[in-house]
This record gives sequence, C-alpha cells and structure tokens, in this order.
Amino acid sequence: MCGIVGLFIKDPALEPDLGRHLASMMTVLSDRGPDSAGFAVYGAGAADGVKLTLRAPAGFDFAKLMASLRERVHGQVDLKVIGTHAVLSIATADEAAIRQSIAAMPDIAFVGAGTRMELYKEVGLPAEVARCFALDRMSGTHGIAHTRMATESAVTTDGAHPFSTGLDQCLVHNGSLSNHNAVRRELKREGLTFATDNDSEVAAGYLTWRMRQGASLDQALEHALDDLDGFYTFVVGTESGFGVLRDPIACKPAVMAETDRYVAFGSEYRALVDLPDIERARVWEPEPAKVYFWERPA
Amino acid sequence: MTALAQMIEPRLADLATLPVRDLNQALHALRPGTNDTLWRIVNPQGRHAVAVGLDAPVTVEIDGHVGYYCAGMNKLAAVIVHGNAGVGVGENMMSGLIHVKGDASQAAGATGHGGMLIVDGNASARCGISMKGIDIVVKGNVGHMSAFMAQTGTLTVLGDAGDSLGDSIYEARLYVRGTVKGLGADCVEKRMTDHHKAKLHGKLKAAGVAGEVDVSEFRRYGSARALYHFHVDNAGAY
Repeated sequence: MCGIVGLFIKDPALEPDLGRHLASMMTVLSDRGPDSAGFAVYGAGAADGVKLTLRAPAGFDFAKLMASLRERVHGQVDLKVIGTHAVLSIATADEAAIRQSIAAMPDIAFVGAGTRMELYKEVGLPAEVARCFALDRMSGTHGIAHTRMATESAVTTDGAHPFSTGLDQCLVHNGSLSNHNAVRRELKREGLTFATDNDSEVAAGYLTWRMRQGASLDQALEHALDDLDGFYTFVVGTESGFGVLRDPIACKPAVMAETDRYVAFGSEYRALVDLPDIERARVWEPEPAKVYFWERPA
Repeated sequence: MTALAQMIEPRLADLATLPVRDLNQALHALRPGTNDTLWRIVNPQGRHAVAVGLDAPVTVEIDGHVGYYCAGMNKLAAVIVHGNAGVGVGENMMSGLIHVKGDASQAAGATGHGGMLIVDGNASARCGISMKGIDIVVKGNVGHMSAFMAQTGTLTVLGDAGDSLGDSIYEARLYVRGTVKGLGADCVEKRMTDHHKAKLHGKLKAAGVAGEVDVSEFRRYGSARALYHFHVDNAGAY
C-alpha cells in the first residue's frame, strides 16, 4: 500500500510551516503505511557547502566523530544530531575526504546528501518518526514524505523511504516495480551504487542517472515512463524542483491541490485537509503517464 | 432537493466530531416513512465510506470532498456531494441517485446495479467498471478502461473518453459526445438510431442536462458480441 505526500511552497511566508504541514500530512496516512516512515526537507544551505545526513545506532558518539573529522580536513565541520540521525555541514571541497572517512566506519549509514536537502527515516509509526526527528519544527521550501507498508523487501530503516541516490535528489514511491533487478544491473554498469535490494531505490537511481546524463527532472520522469515497468506513483524532489508521475494505468492513488501559496500531493485527499485554505484550492487527480513538475524561480 | 425537503429542517452531522461509523449507523436506522428525510453532513475531510449502505428514501447533502466508496451500495437515497469523491463512489449502488458536483476518482459507479450516478466534473479511470444496470452521466471526461466488462446499463459522457473504452463489454450502452482515445477489445461504434436518441434523451433529462446538449452530437458504442459468444470456428481452441 504505502502513503506518500509532498509539499512545494510558493509563498515564502509558508516556509517556516513546511515541517509542521508535512508531519500532519504524513501522520494522517499511518494506516497506509505503519511499518516505517521518512521524509526529506529542503531547508537552508550554504553556497559552498554540502550537508551529509548520516545514521548510526542509538548511543553512537557523534561528537567524537566530528572531532576526528575536523582533524582530517581544513574546512569547517558542523554537526547537528537529531535522534538516530546527524547532519554534517561541511565545505564542498572536503566532501570527498569526509565521505571516504565515513565509508570506512561500519556503524554509520549514509542517508543522503545535498546543498539544502536533509533526509530522515526510521522504522516505526509515522507519528513517532515525525516526533523523534522534530519534523514539525523544520522549515524549508519543499519536502516529501512516505509511510511504508513493506511489500518488496524487509521492514528495515534502510528499506524506508525517501531514497536518495544523488545530490539534493530524493524519491518516494507507492507501488512496486517489476523490472527493477534488470534496471539495477544496467545502472550498476553505469557506475551507480545501491545500498538495498529495494525496487524504489532503483527508481531513484534511474532518475539520478538520467539527470547525470543531462536531463532535467521532468525529462528524466518522461524517460521513466519508457524504462520502468510496474506500478508506481512517484513524488520526487531536487534542489529546486518537485515532480509527480503515475504509471500509465494509474494503479496507485493520487490527489493534488494547488493554491497561489503551495502545491501539495497526497495519496489520499485526507492528507491535505489541514493545509491553509484547502477549501479554496484547486483539487484534482493527476492523470496517468503525465509528468507534473514545478520549479522554484532561479 | 424536492420542495418538501426544502421545508424540512435538515439533520446536521459534523464529521469533525462525529465518527463516520456513528453517522452511518444513524442513517442505516432510517426506515421508509421516516421524518428525517434531509441530512446535511459537514467537514467530511476526505473520510472514507461516508453514507454507505443507505436503504431509505432520504436526501443526504455532503459539504466538501469525500474519500473512498462514498454512498456505496446505495438504495433509494439521494446523496449529493458538494465536492470531489474518491475511489469507488457509488460502488455497487442498487437504486436512488448519487450526484457528485466536483470530480470523481477511479471506479465511479463500479458494479452498480441500478439508480443514477451524475458527475458534474471528470471521472477518472475505470468509470462504470463491471456495471450491471446503473445509469452513469459524466459531464466532463472519463479516464481509461471505463465501462470495462460493462454488463448492462448506460454510461453517458459529455466530454471525452480515455483509452480502451468498453473493453470486453457485454450489453451496456455507451454514449460519448467528445473524442474516444481508443476502444477496448470487442467494443465497437454502433449506429445511433432515433430509438437510441430517445433513450439517451431520457437519461440526459433524468440528469438535468436535456436542454444543454444535443443528442445528435453523441456517438454510441457497444459490444461486437464476438468475444463472449461461443463461435464454432473457435471450437478447436478448447
């Protein structure tokens, strides 16, 4: 089943409320996905910096990690610990060295990276996941979230969504892909790496690969219609973009709402009812096999 | 709303506080001859299964968008949704009227045996799937695979129809005013005779749009009867 939501803000006055709205939207869809939940938020970022979201077992000494990383690089290393996750803010120039150090630490899982994107996911009920990461206090320009009912692979934190396979790129998926093993093999030959056996991670990797080839997000989604087989509703974020795509037979539900202030996506309308002025929003069902895409002004 | 209904103070149900189950139990308790013939439901907030299983000649007005299966299995009642309806509105309805003032999601009127379902906006994919006697009038467009395996009844579309209209259709009649992206297996265009125009006019009149559209603008589609009838030439395939 699974539940997915997304919120793309047009009116900057709503940005401080992004996390609060996402938390509400995601919690409503608990009964579509009580196994695990996760979200990605596009918040503040530095032009010459990158944020790495990491995960470690409870009790992990992140302060010690930061101290050891500071010895290895010249630039600033800042650390924000939230629950089992931590966001390292570093200089772009130090990214390769720090990634290399982290890759050698077996306790640490790499969750995502972006100039503005932070990504959190954990096993448990969506309300609990939102609470433990204080999602309601996060601000940003756009974000996506997922509540998972596992079908394709195990209930683990690694199997929770969103999946991120490229800088500032993330994807949530409702459905199941039938050709993900073949696509994964092809993408591995193209140099992509995958952390899980999950079909949705392949969809994320596919879009990353297309965008690496020069496609824009909406062009990458158009290609996905040809190359990904199975059931899907995707909601995808990039640093400046927000996209939605449903498979050609529209197997999985989707509702969208748009006002002058925001664009919102929900697996069901229930997820959108607490958004501001939703009564006056244009509410519609996105058509199958049609790419919907919004981009922030440069 | 009838003139009589307008004189009656509606029973108000606020789903912001009243559980859907309690509302539905109250509606199920209504019997023919009840004085509570007009109900107004506010704050549906996309909840599922609002006003399902009604079996009394009452009018239920819902202010806002509803979730899945609204007014499913309806008998006798008139259910009016002032908003959009989620998946499966009017699923398996037996009689009465369901009127969605906005859009309907997928499988609107699925397996419906009787009564009328009116959608003022668009209906998504699989509208009228496996319909068994219901009359559906969609003033906008319908999505792909509408009237899939439709057995009897009518689907009237004032706008366009998506791909694979009437796939594996039995004896339902499909009237489309706009374009049809594609016909499904064994669904063919059929001649629109005066008999069919009169029948269609009756459905449009019942849906309150008889004066707004011209029956001669519609095309009729139905079964070629090549798929579900045994054909002796295929005997070797069994």
